[in-house]
Amino acid sequence: MNAPIVKIEQAGMAFDTNKGRFVALRDIDLNIHKGEFVSLIGHSGCGKSTLLNLIAGLNLPTAGVCLCNGREIAGPGPERAVVFQNHSLLPWMTCFENVYLAVERVFAAKESRSELRARTRAALEMVHMDHAMNKYPHEISGGMKQRVGIARAFSMEPQVLLMDEPFGALDALTRASLQDELMGVMAKTGATVVMVTHDVDEAVLLSDRVVMMTNGPAATIGEILEVRLDKPRDRLKLAHDSRFAAYRAAILEFLYQKQMKKAA
Amino acid sequence: MTSMSMSMTADGHVAPHAVAEAAPAAPAVAQTPEPAPAEPAGRRGEVMRGFMLRVVAAAAGIGGLLAVWLAVSTHVPELPGPGVTWQAALELFADPFYNNGPNDMGIGWNVLYSLKRVGIDFGLAAAVGIPLGFIIGRFRFFNIAAEPVVSLLRPVSPLAWLPIGLLVFKDADMAAMWVIFICSIWPMIINTAAGVRAVPQDYMNVARVLALSEWKVVTKILFPAVLPHILTGVRLAVGTAWLVIVAAEMLTGGIGIGFWVWDEWNNLKVEHIIIAIFLIGVVGLALEYALLWIARRASHGATIN
Ligand SMILES: Nc1ncnc2c1ncn2[C@@H]1O[C@H](COP(=O)(O)OP(=O)(O)OP(=O)(O)O)[C@@H](O)[C@H]1O
Ligand SMILES: [Mg+2]
Repeated sequence: MNAPIVKIEQAGMAFDTNKGRFVALRDIDLNIHKGEFVSLIGHSGCGKSTLLNLIAGLNLPTAGVCLCNGREIAGPGPERAVVFQNHSLLPWMTCFENVYLAVERVFAAKESRSELRARTRAALEMVHMDHAMNKYPHEISGGMKQRVGIARAFSMEPQVLLMDEPFGALDALTRASLQDELMGVMAKTGATVVMVTHDVDEAVLLSDRVVMMTNGPAATIGEILEVRLDKPRDRLKLAHDSRFAAYRAAILEFLYQKQMKKAA
Repeated sequence: MTSMSMSMTADGHVAPHAVAEAAPAAPAVAQTPEPAPAEPAGRRGEVMRGFMLRVVAAAAGIGGLLAVWLAVSTHVPELPGPGVTWQAALELFADPFYNNGPNDMGIGWNVLYSLKRVGIDFGLAAAVGIPLGFIIGRFRFFNIAAEPVVSLLRPVSPLAWLPIGLLVFKDADMAAMWVIFICSIWPMIINTAAGVRAVPQDYMNVARVLALSEWKVVTKILFPAVLPHILTGVRLAVGTAWLVIVAAEMLTGGIGIGFWVWDEWNNLKVEHIIIAIFLIGVVGLALEYALLWIARRASHGATIN
C-alpha cells in the first residue's frame, strides 16, 4: 500500500485543567490510507473527539506527532473538513450560503462564480437537499441540517473527511437513511473518512476498520478490527450475514468485557 | 449567551400558554359532566379574561398615578393638577412647531433638537464603540488592557464629564454632545465585547476548519453572531442618552427639551414641566419599542428557536 494520508505517531494529549494536568490520550499510533473509512468507537469520555480534533488540527498533540501527507498538522485547514456533531450551520445563512462559504474558500482562486455556484448546488443535490437550498437552518429538520453539514464538508473535496458522531442526535430511521446516503456518496467520491461513533452497527456497516479505544483517562487504541465485507453493503442483507454478526460481537465483546465501564 | 436567554424567554412564553390551557379544564370538569365541548369556549374565555385583566390593571396603575397627583396638587397649591395640565397641554400641542427665534421655539422643535443630538452622538458612539468592542472581545490582550479602564470610568456619572467638554471644546453645545457620547459608548463597548466572547465555539470552529481570513470571520461569522448583542447595547445606549440629555441640556442651555424644562421653570410654568415629563417618557418609550422591534427583526432563527 502507498503512503498513508494521515499518520499519527506516539501522539498524546494532555489538558491543563484547574485540577492539574489531565492526560486524555497516550501512545496513539494510527495510519489512515486513501479511500479508507475508519471509525473510532469507545465509551463516552474516552477521548474519541479529542483524537478526531488532533487530526482536524483543532487541538495540537502534547506528545508525538500527527502528519497529513507527510507534513505536521499545525492547525485546522480545509483539506481536513469536519462534520460536527451538532451540524454547526451558521443560522444567518441559507443552506446554499452555508455550503457556498466553504466552496468559495476552497475554489474561489481557480474558478468563476458560476462554477462555484454549480459546485454548491451539486453538493446539495448529492445529499438530496437541493429542494431546500434557500431555506435557513431553523426552517429544516435535524436530519436535513446534518445532510447540509455533510454537503458542506464534501463540497470542499477534502483529503480526509472527519465526522464527530454525525448521526448521534438523530432518530434511528433518519440515521439509517443518512448512513445509506453517506455510503452512496462514499462510493461516488472515494473519500477518506474518519468517523467517531457510539453505534456498533453503524461502525460495522460503514467501516473498513474499526478503531476501538480503551477507557480514559490516558486512553489509547485497544484493538483495531478490519471489516472485510464487500461493498456496496446492504443493511438488510447484512442483518442475516454471519460475518456481520461476528464483527458486531467482536466490538461488543471489546466494549463490554475488556473495557467494562466501571460504574461511576 | 443571547441565544440561551432568548430561548429561555421563548420557553417562558410557552409556560403561560400551558397554564392557560390547563386551567379551564378544571372548572369545566367541576361544572359539567361533558368537558369536551366546553373546553374551546373556556379557553377563549381564559384569553379574554387575561386581556381584561391587563386592561384593568393598566388602567388602575394610571388611575392611581393620577389620584396621587390630584391629592398632592390639592395640598400643594403651587403644583398644577391634572385638569390644569391637560388644558395647558391642549394649548401647547395646538402649535408645537412655532418658531420665534432661537430662544422661543415650540415644544416639538425642542424635542426634535434633543433627538437630533442623541442621534448624532449615538451614531458617533456606535462608530467608535462597536469596533472597540470587537477588538476587546476578540483579542485577549486588549480585553485585559481595557478592563480596568472600563470598570473605572463606567460608573462615573456622565455629567461629571461636562466641565472637561466645556474646557476642550469651548462650546456648550459641543460639551452637551460630548456628555451624551460618553454615556452611550460604554453599553456599546461592553455589549459588543460580551457578544464577541459569547460567540459559540462551534461557529468559530467552522471558521477555523475553513481557515477563513480575518475579514471573512468578522463579516460572515462574528458580526451576524454578535448583532443581537450589539442591538442590546444600542438600546441601552439610546436609553441612557435619553436619560442624560435632559440633565445635560439643563446645564448647557440652547435648544432642547432639557433646556425647555429649565426655561419653563424660570417662567414658573410648572404645568409645562409636567407635560415635558410625560413627553420625555413617551419619547423614551417609543425609542425603546422601536429598537426592540428592530432587534427582533435582526435576530436570526437561531436566537428565536
Ligand atoms: N478542553 C479540555 N480540557 C480539559 N479536559 C478535556 C478537554 N477536552 C476534553 N477533555 C477531557 O478529555 C476526555 C476525553 O474527552 P472527549 O471529548 O474526547 O471524549 P469522547 O470520547 O469524545 O466522549 P463522548 O463520546 O462523550 O463525546 C474527557 O475526560 C474530557 O473531560
Ligand atoms: Mg465526543
